[in-house]
Amino acid sequence: MALLRGLAALGILLLAVVLQVAVFGYVSVDGVVPDLALLVVVAAALTRGPQFAAVLGFAGGLLLDVAPPADHVAGRWALAFVVVGYLAGRVRQDARNSTLAALATVAACAFVGTSVYALTGLVLDDGAMAAGEMLRVVGISVVWDVLVTPLVLPVLLLAFRRLRPPQLVY
Amino acid sequence: MAPRDPGKRPSRSVMVLLLLACLTVLTLDARGGTSSPVEPFRTAVGNVVGPVESGTAVAVRPFRELAGYFGSNDKLRQQVATLSAENSRLRSQVETRPLDRNRLAELDGLTRTARQTGYALVAARVVAMGPSQSFSRTVTIDAGSSSGIRPDMTVLNNDGLVGRVVRTTTTTATVLLIVDQDSVVGGRLGSNMQLGFLRGQGSTGRADQLDLDLMDSSTTPARGDVVVTWGSANGAPYVAGIPIGKVVSVWSTPRETAKHAVIAPFVDFSSLDVVGVVVPRGTHGDRQLIAAGGR
Repeated sequence: MALLRGLAALGILLLAVVLQVAVFGYVSVDGVVPDLALLVVVAAALTRGPQFAAVLGFAGGLLLDVAPPADHVAGRWALAFVVVGYLAGRVRQDARNSTLAALATVAACAFVGTSVYALTGLVLDDGAMAAGEMLRVVGISVVWDVLVTPLVLPVLLLAFRRLRPPQLVY
Repeated sequence: MAPRDPGKRPSRSVMVLLLLACLTVLTLDARGGTSSPVEPFRTAVGNVVGPVESGTAVAVRPFRELAGYFGSNDKLRQQVATLSAENSRLRSQVETRPLDRNRLAELDGLTRTARQTGYALVAARVVAMGPSQSFSRTVTIDAGSSSGIRPDMTVLNNDGLVGRVVRTTTTTATVLLIVDQDSVVGGRLGSNMQLGFLRGQGSTGRADQLDLDLMDSSTTPARGDVVVTWGSANGAPYVAGIPIGKVVSVWSTPRETAKHAVIAPFVDFSSLDVVGVVVPRGTHGDRQLIAAGGR
């Protein structure tokens, strides 16, 4: 059962990554698209906690790093999403039931995730651009992620609740 | 404050393990270059995800075009498509005319024509675009090594140069656009045949632009000058004579003598769809080749 659940979570990730590159490219703002894979990781963190989210974030980030249009050094999104999964998992106690807190979590995670990715680019000298340009991209992606959160996050939360192993309620 | 249930605290060893795994992958890929151990993994994932992306792109294409059906009727749309194709063909003819004249003057025309007819194209459609969050400009096309496409092949559309193939899977290929920061293209000014290098600005704004650094610091490019590819040995990664863009502004700093020019590319990179990959004539693959002259 655990294996099946893992595979289902991976399936959700794959769907998010494919939608992100193949469909949302047509509605992008200056090329920036909503970061669906990041929302999957945040949803996992809100339902299952930081450890599961960090592992899922690693898998999702790695997928984003190597799936076709990507041409950057592999591991950059993986690192960013591990950090995102951990952070989102740590604040989940407060964000679990409040819409506003969930939105704030998504915004913070989008900011941190894209920034970590941009910073690794600076360190590795891989596709680094001017700081102002980077901040603009980070800003647009935060707005995008917050905008699609009401549409996507409830579905993802429901999916991850269904995927949660049965446990005692206390 | 609500008590935190202890079972949900992340185990420190798992987090350390994940971070170390990230750093390992980063180091392996950054140090390895083209022979990095991540490359087979990339190809394997590409072989699985590529067809999924192609399928998704095909599935959503009717919906994307739905808006157009409401806007105007089919006949008008066809007319617009025919006219804009003709327009870009005529424009590229006009724009490369000074260059052609220069070539004739250098008695270069004959070999040029011979070499140009040696090109053949494999047509492909763009199925995925890399998001700007990745700070790189790449797209996936739906033709790969099974159609005879290899890395370092030129990609163009009917407006001009698009980019080059950086890696392929069986059914898809990843194309690095010329507006990416890592892209460097050898260019030639149409008016005076001067050589230079075009670098992508990597900007994410709507106006994609390229920087041109001329090799000869004494020449000044004129506004409106057309830049075409200069070409590399054996046509890899770029074949010669493909229009790239037009000079929109020229600037220089007092510290250096060389002039820099900003080039606006002919290709609209935000709405890429059908592209052609330049392959050697006689390439065998699962797609028909389009030879020079449109046959």
